[in-house]
Amino acid sequence: MSMSKNTKRVSLAKLGALALATAFAAPGWAQSAQKSVAVATIVEHPALDAVRDGIQAALKQAGYEAGKNLRWQFQSAQGNTGTAAQIVRKFVGDQPDVIITIATPTSQAAVAATKSVPVLFSAVTDPVAAKLVPNWEASGSNVSGVSDLLALDKQMDLLRQVVPGAKRVGMVYNPGEANSVVVVKQLQTLLPKLGMTLVEAAAPRSVDVGSAARSLIGKVDVIYTNTDNNVVSAYESLVKVGNESKIPLIASDTDSVKRGAIAALGINYKDLGEQTGRMAVRILKGEKPGAIKPELSSKLELYVNPGAAQKQGVTLSEALIKSAAQVVR
Amino acid sequence: MSIFSLFGALEIGLIFSLVALGVYISFRVLRFPDLTVDGSFPLGGAVCAVLISHGTSPYLASLAAMAAGALAGLLTAWLHVRLRIMDLLASILVMIALYSINLRVMGGPNVPLITEPTLFTLLQPPGLAEHIGRPLLLLAIVIVAKLAMDWFFGTERGLAIRATGSNARMARAQGINTGAMVLLGMAISNALVALAGALFAQTQGGADISMGIGTIVIGLAAVIVGESMLPTRRLVVATLAVVLGAIVYRFFIALALNSEFIGLKAQDLNLVTALLVAVALVIPQLRRRLARRPN
Repeated sequence: MSMSKNTKRVSLAKLGALALATAFAAPGWAQSAQKSVAVATIVEHPALDAVRDGIQAALKQAGYEAGKNLRWQFQSAQGNTGTAAQIVRKFVGDQPDVIITIATPTSQAAVAATKSVPVLFSAVTDPVAAKLVPNWEASGSNVSGVSDLLALDKQMDLLRQVVPGAKRVGMVYNPGEANSVVVVKQLQTLLPKLGMTLVEAAAPRSVDVGSAARSLIGKVDVIYTNTDNNVVSAYESLVKVGNESKIPLIASDTDSVKRGAIAALGINYKDLGEQTGRMAVRILKGEKPGAIKPELSSKLELYVNPGAAQKQGVTLSEALIKSAAQVVR
Repeated sequence: MSIFSLFGALEIGLIFSLVALGVYISFRVLRFPDLTVDGSFPLGGAVCAVLISHGTSPYLASLAAMAAGALAGLLTAWLHVRLRIMDLLASILVMIALYSINLRVMGGPNVPLITEPTLFTLLQPPGLAEHIGRPLLLLAIVIVAKLAMDWFFGTERGLAIRATGSNARMARAQGINTGAMVLLGMAISNALVALAGALFAQTQGGADISMGIGTIVIGLAAVIVGESMLPTRRLVVATLAVVLGAIVYRFFIALALNSEFIGLKAQDLNLVTALLVAVALVIPQLRRRLARRPN
């Protein structure tokens, strides 16, 4: 028994030694003259992957090509925040020219981990509330980035183009989702200025979306929804109410248009990534992140669905259909 | 692997060693399959982050987080002991409920702690880099927790909890109130996990609703890795093994993160981690097989 115990100890020690040896044999970054970009994300999903591809595309366009003259590193925490924290620590240790963090928790971990390595966040809805930057001005710190917050005035312009006479705007949302609560608060001040009012319907769970929408029948001229996760995941139940009761539906993500909304002015996440990538290029060229203002997505895409419009009792103007990036038939 | 990466692994490993100690109490000492952990870890983070951002001192906030975790553990144990709901199901119910409760506590999915004071900013020794100071402070906390646990499970009450876990019928025959012991053990277990959540939120710039996902898996993996490294029947050694297991697990992840030079990509991370852990687990089996072989 004691002998076999020794065998085990030895093999464990060997394993450890081997592991450490290979790890330290990995080429260091700090010494190399070429530029380096490290991208961390909490999880891989279509929108976030599009951001990553956009970043890479923008870097390539500026002449920084991964594997040639750019040390490109990408790590996903595969949904685990503990791993995300470790990825961020590793990146800080690698001292790249810029760390790009996708989504809120990863960005917070990076900002908490370093005050010196430049950090650019991407696809963070409210970087001010997340305390990544003190406000929307240039931060003066090592942090800047691109937010996926939607400018609501543009959303309301679209709403009025689709339903010109709308006075009462219904909104279905999850009161537990910070992003949605922010939108509701902003609409409460914005809509009266445009001569409209907001009627709220809460859907704390995805299964509540249908009944929340039904509670709006007769009380609203149009239903607007943000990118609320509950609503987006149960958008079909909203469409059912819209079609049956002839209430036009305006969404904030382009996928919902394919699922039965009349129109949406949404973010193209690849463009968002490219915008972040262009900001990274400025840093690679020597600018300080503290001198760069955090940006909103500069490019929104309009999707329209004339068939859904017909079912929900409105006709889309030719001009609007022509201006759309994609018309869903 | 850079020093930063190593100390980062140590830091996260030390935090999760508190989770592992908690999981050791529920799964090994009490033999209670407790998934509450996935909810009590973010609960600790949420309570701590909200209190700190409202101006409470980080010391009090961390203690409050532990108290909240203890309540969560009590609730699971109460559902099982008093309402006779199956242990696994009771813990699942509390874990699910805690998701909503955590949203309520935080008033949203995320509470940042980037500009606020934390235990780590208050106790940071001057002249020492943050990435070294944090693991040092955590090491002190983990040592205190481990020693306290060793002491407690040697007292009469602690022994009663252990007896409840190893043979409840026998324990009852000795006049032990086994129901109360399950309640107490589960409260301590989840208090430790919530403390880990509070420390995690304070080192990682805030609490997030998603931070609990997979906590139980990591805790269990740490317990099992530790046990296979240092197989023992003595609790004092077992708690040490569990702490080491949590740290070793993190070093495996750090190693997997640094394995790109052999052609591995980001999406392979969990696979590499799993393989490394599997290797660590196979070793004691090989040992046993060798032992069985006649010399």
